Amino acid sequence: MNGRILSFGLFAVLLAAALASLLAGRVWLTPNEVVEGLLSADATLAGLIVGELRLPRLTLAMAVGASLGLSGAVLQGLLRNPLAEAGLLGISTGAALGAVVAIYYGLTASFALATPLLGLVGGFIAAALAFALSRSGGTLALILAGAAVSSVAAAGLALALNLAPNPYAAFEITTWLLGSLADRTWDHVWLGVPFMLVGCGLLFLTAPALDALSLGETQAESLGVNMRRVRLLALTGTAMAVGAATAVTGAVGFIGLVAPHLVRPFVGYRPGRVLLPSALLGAVLLLAADVGSRLMSYNTEIKLGVITSIIGAPFFLWLVLSMRRRAP
Amino acid sequence: MTTLTASGLSITRGTKRVLDSVSAEFVPGSFTVVIGPNGAGKSTLMAVLAGLLKLDAGDVTLGGVALGWIAPKTLAKRRAYLPQTPRAEWPISVERLVALGLTPQLPFFGDVAPDEAVKVRAALEACDLLALKDQAATTLSGGELARAMLARAIVGDPPLLLVDEPTAGLDPRHALDAMARLKTRVAAGRTVIAAVHDLGLALSVATRVIALRDGRVLADIAAADVDAALLKALYDVDARIVRDDAGVSVRYL
Repeated sequence: MNGRILSFGLFAVLLAAALASLLAGRVWLTPNEVVEGLLSADATLAGLIVGELRLPRLTLAMAVGASLGLSGAVLQGLLRNPLAEAGLLGISTGAALGAVVAIYYGLTASFALATPLLGLVGGFIAAALAFALSRSGGTLALILAGAAVSSVAAAGLALALNLAPNPYAAFEITTWLLGSLADRTWDHVWLGVPFMLVGCGLLFLTAPALDALSLGETQAESLGVNMRRVRLLALTGTAMAVGAATAVTGAVGFIGLVAPHLVRPFVGYRPGRVLLPSALLGAVLLLAADVGSRLMSYNTEIKLGVITSIIGAPFFLWLVLSMRRRAP
Repeated sequence: MTTLTASGLSITRGTKRVLDSVSAEFVPGSFTVVIGPNGAGKSTLMAVLAGLLKLDAGDVTLGGVALGWIAPKTLAKRRAYLPQTPRAEWPISVERLVALGLTPQLPFFGDVAPDEAVKVRAALEACDLLALKDQAATTLSGGELARAMLARAIVGDPPLLLVDEPTAGLDPRHALDAMARLKTRVAAGRTVIAAVHDLGLALSVATRVIALRDGRVLADIAAADVDAALLKALYDVDARIVRDDAGVSVRYL
């Protein structure tokens, strides 16, 4: 019951944040201008700003935030590890490496969507590697395999920076790694959002199994849960959702880690019930961070990933400390 | 009827035979305890009988059908399995934890239906947990958690109950309570199989004893027939078994 009220509340906040994101920015618009701009047949400035810049950005922010929040909740439930998120399994690092390869070889010049496309491929390879390496073992094997894949991908990123053909390429790579939603177009939306939707669908399918996993893997299996299937769903879902998210926005940290922790007490700590509110909160947080990045930027844009980390990391520390005080 | 039949169970890990051609039959209304020294293969046998481990040879059938051929959800409705020292991973309420025992009965994304809430309440009552039903499962004491897990296992009223060390870490009163609850299920015509270390307790409640050593069945006899010679062969200890009105006690010499 509590969970439903929470989800409704978060949905309302999300709508408000979405509206704010359409109005706020370098050019402030009134709600009237937005509606008129979108409805009028001729191209107005407001119509262009909203239709070509802010709407795609808003759509991506919501989809990316929901993907991160949802996959964080699923992975924390699956691995029963409060630190779990897509980064722990190397999926976001893999996606980042894929995208960086595209930038490194200058593929973007010939084909604009090369970066997100290779990012998706990278995320999938990382997830498949983690899954294959952990085949025989259980949860711990998956975490260790993920850590190994993540390290290898990080090494690849470092190598790409090291070998960057010119300072400009190195700059482009680092900028991309900081994560941003600036200058994303409808092309990015059409490329990324379908993957995120399917991925989120797969992730939602794990809910009943995650509840049963509160009893540990053996008991969950004795209750009819097919652990291999759940792991496969969670990994494929994360690879699609977070892989696509990272591929279009770059690395955005802490949302997947923090969102599940924030909503968990309100749903009685039930892992299956955390999913929906966590996805909604992830969308809210990312949208808020994006609006913040637009408002705080004067000369240089403060990147989305930087904002989520600067606010997210201390917040996460506080969260962990306060949780330890509450429950030993 | 739901008779559980094990024939020729063998499992090899590395060079060690964890189970070596174990055969047994468990009929409804029987209370079997599995005894044996550490590393005898008790827990492995329990997991195999629950259909959770792959066998190298032999098979386990429930009502004539091999466990592997029964859909996991159907199997989950017909048998409950409690591993050794179960743990709650999240601070969910005791009531929720017990309701998880109904997982195979639940619809996808649905919540506990009213008639199932009645079952949860009955299980909480049977295990003396009503006062604790809103407490977080991670804050329970060892005895309370063991009770909650037992309630979780019996909430769906499965015909077959497999419990690995239900009394480990429990004080005498709670250990007796746990055994009494298992006995109630047997009286209601359910099959109970438990791996137990406390011999006095085991011999007091069980109808039948399977003695396991090095993965082999050393004896498969009525509980009343367990004698000092068997204990000597099983544990390499000299013991005296005293049977009186108060039950059975085992003194080690």
